[in-house]
Amino acid sequence: MATDDNSGKDLTAADSGAGHDPANAGTAVVVRDAVDNPGFPPHRPRVTDLNPSAERRAERTVYTLFYLSIVGSVFAIAAYMAFPIVETDPGSVRLNNLFIGLGLALALLAIGIGAVHWGKALMSDHEGIDVRHPVRGSDETRARAVEIFAEANEESGIGRRSLIRNSLIGALIAFPLPAVVLFRGLGPMNENPSELLTHTMWTKGTRLAIDPTGTPIKASDVTLGSAFHVIPEGLQDLPSGRLEEKAKAAVLLMRLKPEDLNELPERAGWSYDGIVAYSKICTHVGCPVALYEQQTHHLLCPCHQSQFDVSNHCEVIFGPAKRPLPQLPIAVDSEGYLIAQSDFTEPVGPSFWERH
Amino acid sequence: MSITKTTTGVVETTKTNGGFTGAAANYIDERTSISTAVKELGRKIFPDHWSFLLGEVALYSFVIILLSGTFLTFFFSASMAPVHYEGSYVPLKGVEMSAAMSSSLNISFDIRGGLLMRQVHHWAALLFVASIGLHMLRIYFTGAFRKPRELNWVIGFILFILAMAEGFTGYSLPDDLLSGNGLRIIDGMVKGIPLIGTWISFLLFGGEFPGEAIVGRLYSLHILLLPAIIIALIAMHLLFVVVHKHTQYPGAGRTNQNVVGYPVLPVYAAKAGGFFFIVFGVVMLIASLFTINPIWNYGPYDPSPVSAGTQPDWYIGFADGALRLIPPGLEFVWLDRTWSFNILIPLISLGLFILVVLIYPFIEAWVTGDKREHHILDRPRNAPTRTAIGAAGVTFYAALWSTASSDIIATHFHVTMEGVIHACQFATIVGPFIAFFVAKRVCLALQKKDREIVLHGYESGRIVRLPGGEYIEVHQPVDEYERWKLVSYSDYKPLMIRPNDQGKITTGQRLRGGLSRWFFEDRIVPVTTTELEQSHGDHH
Repeated sequence: MATDDNSGKDLTAADSGAGHDPANAGTAVVVRDAVDNPGFPPHRPRVTDLNPSAERRAERTVYTLFYLSIVGSVFAIAAYMAFPIVETDPGSVRLNNLFIGLGLALALLAIGIGAVHWGKALMSDHEGIDVRHPVRGSDETRARAVEIFAEANEESGIGRRSLIRNSLIGALIAFPLPAVVLFRGLGPMNENPSELLTHTMWTKGTRLAIDPTGTPIKASDVTLGSAFHVIPEGLQDLPSGRLEEKAKAAVLLMRLKPEDLNELPERAGWSYDGIVAYSKICTHVGCPVALYEQQTHHLLCPCHQSQFDVSNHCEVIFGPAKRPLPQLPIAVDSEGYLIAQSDFTEPVGPSFWERH
Repeated sequence: MSITKTTTGVVETTKTNGGFTGAAANYIDERTSISTAVKELGRKIFPDHWSFLLGEVALYSFVIILLSGTFLTFFFSASMAPVHYEGSYVPLKGVEMSAAMSSSLNISFDIRGGLLMRQVHHWAALLFVASIGLHMLRIYFTGAFRKPRELNWVIGFILFILAMAEGFTGYSLPDDLLSGNGLRIIDGMVKGIPLIGTWISFLLFGGEFPGEAIVGRLYSLHILLLPAIIIALIAMHLLFVVVHKHTQYPGAGRTNQNVVGYPVLPVYAAKAGGFFFIVFGVVMLIASLFTINPIWNYGPYDPSPVSAGTQPDWYIGFADGALRLIPPGLEFVWLDRTWSFNILIPLISLGLFILVVLIYPFIEAWVTGDKREHHILDRPRNAPTRTAIGAAGVTFYAALWSTASSDIIATHFHVTMEGVIHACQFATIVGPFIAFFVAKRVCLALQKKDREIVLHGYESGRIVRLPGGEYIEVHQPVDEYERWKLVSYSDYKPLMIRPNDQGKITTGQRLRGGLSRWFFEDRIVPVTTTELEQSHGDHH
């Protein structure tokens, strides 16, 4: 039989009190002839309780583990010095990581296992009992709490003096509002988001250049079946905002056999000799549509698997995206370089509310 | 120690024994009243069970995260200002990247033990979210969320959401290619929200994506705001554990009015304290042996490149999977505005899922109408409908989660991408119903087996031939302690709906009656003493 460690009282299973009013039981079934709780099973001593040599062995194990932990800590410090990171030797990082880590792991695990073993094998294993009380305060406490509120109400008059109360509530609601307004400063002040999202760096005559070197591309360089990752020429020389511009202006350039290309009549003249340019930014949530399947002319977005058919003006053939990738109208300048005819004729990238 | 009252009425204590420890304890107690805390908490009883360790793992991994994270803050630079990398990692030398990425590489390659601390931090973060998730499942399936613990369930669930938020904000800080693409997806999702989406995106990123503000802002959230909220909520969570006292599994001698287990001092101090070091040691061992998040392989963020097999950290997977599941064509222009249902449907479904999990304790309390305190845990089989709902929820989550790996599944098993997505769509919608049905039937079957064992004992495997030539297997009766575990559970019957005082049956009543029938129409009642007596002599 276990005893209460707090008060030393001897306890058996009791089934009364602690919020067990059957009126509160809802749809629970209260069984009259329920099986009785048999009370605690007899305590079973451990090996270390019965066998003094087992107890000594457990004690030895515990202090050995704690000593081992000290060894681990010392080893970790030694490893910090013995395995420096050498710039010319990439493997040195790995050794540094490995040996400091192993030393620390030994230091920590040995403390942990030692302490748990101590608790389980050597400390008293007699279970104790605490008595539960209902979580709610006692009736007297609750009555006193109600009384305190009533007194406070009486003394302050918050219930009676409605003008004071209501104006205070109003003031408390109003005072955080300026703080909310202050957060307007998180965004740019004099910019129109939908306007910014509608334009990219491409303009009439901008040369198509290779990402990331910035070398302009000649139409003759684009062989059949090849695909180029393209940025507008001059992107690298922008003083600022390079990533923002690139996030809108990235383009994929592909050359298909003209007979594989099924162009819309209103886009006649947007391609050059089977070379087409499409926005690389997925119309779903904006990942780069970076994977081109040469045989099927399909583009695949690796983030959510939207697929676009290049031969059919990049319409969506699978996945969560809805809109086709926007097409960049291209032409060739007098030196044979590919150029844009204009900016994209619609916003690129993920949809947004103001887009129409 | 003796207390004397001086003529001035001041109580003075004089030290009589105890040496230095006694003097120190006296000094502190006279200034803090700490003896009261020791008296109240020192011998407080905690019940023992392996599943109670899951919450401890969560707590300890959070401590590990705080320790390793503090180390990292001393070296990390939360700035997106472009710099040219000049550290030790040769393949990226001279490459333009943000100061955040460059300092993350320096932590990995130029500071001894820096990579170790980064990996401890990341592994502990993964363990943190995982252990909270498992802890929640334990709470759910054992009914530990019932009165008086409903509010602590809510606090715990908010902690789970905050842990994921901490994970995502932290994961985005190095500004590498993979995390940048994660932010790009967040940006795209936010922009899909009607009316406010575009502006929220601009406020979040300080202008157009990616801007130069986001890493610094996420850093403030990651190391200041979110940890402060988490620490406050953990404190409340643990305070409630102390106030409520821990639940316990059914067992002989255990009642709804007692707690049976070991005292804090000394056993729990040793076991729980030791367990902290074990968790820390295991995380340390993993961090020293296994690489996590090798940002040097990904390179700095650039909006153009991306690698195949792009995935978030595992705990964000369910949301990524939800985005992948949407069939094509769910985006419309209406009233001259874009309605992105391909984003809204996942957002709303996940929001509803989270809401149902959050308020589940209140739903079940309403259905049962049970206002008693429950401190004895249910064995999952003894609450078949609850367990089945849980199984359905887990299946739903798992289906979304595996969808986040649809491309990996397709390439590894040589099946089509489309086929995997269609299978996942099926699993997400139909899977929960199958799981519900199977789990409920399994629970009922296990309850029947329990009844069988209580009434007729275990099958002993011993075959006896009776004088009449008949063969029987001898059944071994269970002892009364074992039997108690099998018969002590609360049983509910479906609600009988009755008209109220106005003679009307309200819609609320009807709904409650319907839910109650759905919960409790299939029930196996616990064995009673009458049944036990009748079965005596029936042990073959």
